[in-house]
Amino acid sequence: MRDFAEQLHPEIEVSGLRIERDGKRLLDIDRLVLNGPGPLMILGPNGAGKSLLLRCLHGLIQPDRGVFRQDGREMGPADRQHQAMVFQRPVLLRRSVAANLNFVLRRQGFDRHLRGPRVAELLAEGGLDGKARQPARSLSGGEAQRLAILRALATEPELLFLDEPTSALDPQATQAIEALVAAAARRGVRIIMVTHDIGQARRLGQDILLMQGGKVAEQAEATAFFTNPESQAARRFLSGGLVI
Amino acid sequence: MQNFAEELRHAMVLILSGDRDLWEIVLLSLRVSVIAVLIAALLGMPLGAALAVGRFPGRRGVIILVNALMGLPPVVVGLLVYLCLSRSGPLGVLQLLYTPSAMIIAQVVLVTPIITALTRQTVETLNAEYAEQLRSLGVSRLASVPTLLWDGRLSLLTALLAGFGRAIAEVGAVIMVGGNINHVTRVMTTTIALETSKGNLALALALGVILIALAVSMTACVSLLIQRSDVEGLHHA
Ligand SMILES: Nc1ncnc2c1ncn2[C@@H]1O[C@H](COP(=O)(O)OP(=O)(O)OP(=O)(O)O)[C@@H](O)[C@H]1O
Ligand SMILES: [Mg+2]
Repeated sequence: MRDFAEQLHPEIEVSGLRIERDGKRLLDIDRLVLNGPGPLMILGPNGAGKSLLLRCLHGLIQPDRGVFRQDGREMGPADRQHQAMVFQRPVLLRRSVAANLNFVLRRQGFDRHLRGPRVAELLAEGGLDGKARQPARSLSGGEAQRLAILRALATEPELLFLDEPTSALDPQATQAIEALVAAAARRGVRIIMVTHDIGQARRLGQDILLMQGGKVAEQAEATAFFTNPESQAARRFLSGGLVI
Repeated sequence: MQNFAEELRHAMVLILSGDRDLWEIVLLSLRVSVIAVLIAALLGMPLGAALAVGRFPGRRGVIILVNALMGLPPVVVGLLVYLCLSRSGPLGVLQLLYTPSAMIIAQVVLVTPIITALTRQTVETLNAEYAEQLRSLGVSRLASVPTLLWDGRLSLLTALLAGFGRAIAEVGAVIMVGGNINHVTRVMTTTIALETSKGNLALALALGVILIALAVSMTACVSLLIQRSDVEGLHHA
């Protein structure tokens, strides 16, 4: 799991990030550098600002202040074209499963006759073969989340954000999603994933970012984080969490 | 009562025998209202979508105006269209008064606000759910309009049927600008009103039965659509 394709990975640097609402600091990060080649797992209690951080990185919300750099240049729309995001609650179009994938393939400039085979390939990868014509809205939670990930992967992102994709799923569905994510990581897709599942963070993560109250409580390589956490917050978080 | 039963029997004979005058009136009604709804949809859907996703000054004002126009009394619409189309009005040269075109115009004015308001509501609700996902997939706010309209297709169809229901059942505006000229501008509602006052109850009743049948099948269509969309999970998350 830890042998990621040796590829050039963009270094992402966040500085002076702030979001305030009603006098409350929702996000407050002075400096954060994300550069590992393997998956980065973001942990933290509810309301820690994990989803907000992903949204800011992906350019979906404009922070009150803060600069995002990728390889030294300020991150812009062109960089975001090579990013994709899977939301905490998957948003599927009110169309068939295949049409959800076709929607992005068409935008990717896939020729009409190449789309069919590509859709079949993606569905097979996600274990959704045979579901192509089913209305996407009638998929089960786990299937819907897999489709959302497949659709994100269909955009061929360099960087994939995942916001708790398995929080509502049973162990088997969770395993299916972890397999999808791990395969994408091995192909060289940079993964930044929020999770509440410490076992999942151990299984998938190369680096760990622990957030609390809008701030970064600890950032460390995964093995170090789990065996020898430095911060008080991390020790408390780990002892309170379910470790598998 | 004897008399009423007799008139009703007469009415059924008119319907079932395919009476030419009767069906000419029904077909003209359908033609006028279908065309009016199509034009209103071409105007109202893009406008409604623009109001839903656009951010421009005066947007709130336009939304309030459209909602107010929905409740416009038909006779007022009739009066305004009459003034525009009358010989000395701004569109007088077209000589449209007392033609089916004039009736279509009046119905377009009545139906466009309904379709605009319902489209805005549908697209706005859908956009609240889709916006971040579409931005993430690289679809800009403007470019997302066709997607939002397509994915709201069931609600929009319901809006069209609602518009059609209002158009086909309307009397006041249509009679002011179309009159009730035999073989030219006689539609169901205006004929019912006039034939009743003349005491020709059979024709009025026959048209009434057809109008009710249309209304019932419309409602049935709408509920079938909604039911089907529930089955396919199109309406709910
Ligand atoms: N638009 C907003 N206005 C006000 N407060 C907001 C807004 N968006 C988020 N918040 C607040 O910011 C905090 C962080 O939210 P965020 O969604 O990032 O939490 P999270 O770490 O993802 O939590 P969870 O694990 O429950 O998903 C929360 O307290 C939330 O209520
Ligand atoms: Mg969250």
